[in-house]
Amino acid sequence: MKSKFTIFALITFALLSWGLYEALIGAPTEATMGPVQRIFYYHVPCAWVMELCFPANFLLSIAYLIWRKPEIDALAVSTAEVGVVFCTIVLLTGPIWGKPVWGIWWTWDARLTSTLVLWLIYVSYLILRKFSIGGPNAVLAASLAIFGCLDAVFVFMAIRWFRTQHPKPVFGGGADSGIDPRMLQAFFVNMAAFTALGILLVWLRFVLERTRQKVEEAHAMKALGATR
Amino acid sequence: MTFATTLKNTLAKDLQLEWRSKDAINSMLFFALLVVVIFSFSFDLSPEESRPIAGGLVWVALLFAAVVALNQTWSRELRNSVLDAYRIAPAPLESLFLAKTIGNFIFVSVLELVIAPLFVIFYNLRSVGPVYQLVLASVLGNWALVVNGTFFGAISIRTRSREVLLPLLLFPISIPAMLAAVNATANTLTGEGSAYLPLVFLAVYDVVFTAVGLFLFETVLQAE
Repeated sequence: MKSKFTIFALITFALLSWGLYEALIGAPTEATMGPVQRIFYYHVPCAWVMELCFPANFLLSIAYLIWRKPEIDALAVSTAEVGVVFCTIVLLTGPIWGKPVWGIWWTWDARLTSTLVLWLIYVSYLILRKFSIGGPNAVLAASLAIFGCLDAVFVFMAIRWFRTQHPKPVFGGGADSGIDPRMLQAFFVNMAAFTALGILLVWLRFVLERTRQKVEEAHAMKALGATR
Repeated sequence: MTFATTLKNTLAKDLQLEWRSKDAINSMLFFALLVVVIFSFSFDLSPEESRPIAGGLVWVALLFAAVVALNQTWSRELRNSVLDAYRIAPAPLESLFLAKTIGNFIFVSVLELVIAPLFVIFYNLRSVGPVYQLVLASVLGNWALVVNGTFFGAISIRTRSREVLLPLLLFPISIPAMLAAVNATANTLTGEGSAYLPLVFLAVYDVVFTAVGLFLFETVLQAE
């Protein structure tokens, strides 16, 4: 287990280093946006990891309510926390890119607004986990996660339909056709690197949460033994 | 006890309690009044300016005020361990949830009936679009608010900081419903754009979250 983790961590580190080189040196500078476009090599992969984490949290929450296994709950909380971290990075790197390119830090565009609301929902999930005590914690959090994920569907539709007064910004770069193959390479290396980083962090968090659960369990068992 | 009897008895009990104490309704009304007054002080608006944003203001006031009532829904049942009695009672728990939701729906409806004229007076409102759309928006938006609020009230009552947690859980989840309700209200008030899509959206939202709430309520209440 430990050696597997070390190997995976080393692979992730190598991938991230390669990704850093590709993004900063390997890929050519974008013609209109200039060097600031390079933030895409971090922004998009982070959004991708977030999009993996949140649905995973939804499925794990349902699975927890069915099987009630503490391992599933530990994995659920790990995916939610890592998802919030990557969502935060997306929300921070977006404006850094937006200011020089769009001329504004923020616009209430559909994509930005949905990401922000998604962030709010999952932060409330983490707050619930922080505030609830002992046994019911996991069940309550799993129920909230199911509400939150269903709500996300409504958020996307609502924002698309009811907040259309703002012009949709044109996304330059990205994975459009006709972009430089070196750019595409930098993009995919970073996608792989950040996916690996996401998995690594979830793994680490999972191990930590399992340890915490076992300690709690041991305490409970000890207390039970003392009263007997 | 059957589903209908439990629902009827719980609802009657809640309404009677509220009728005698008027705890929720009084604090809610006063809170909403304060929000209306503070809003009109914060934004000095002419009637032309206020029409497009009044829909937003009224829903924010309702959302904030509803939390006051929603918090009391379950905390009322903590005294004398009534909530624990519900948990071991052989009555269907879904009917308890539905009764609580209907009760809150009635409280917030009363609030809407009082607060709507206040808004009309303070902001010199006049609806350009058909009024029945406003009624529909208030009914559907109200249900969306209370069905989630009652469910999250049951969640937050099981945690350490009861009253603080409810708005933190409820507001993010309510954003799409709020958006649709505000949209329907503003479109009707200004007469610009159709209120049809947001109303249908609200109806679908209500059905989905009522179903999920009913489905998960027992799990939440019995969580150990």
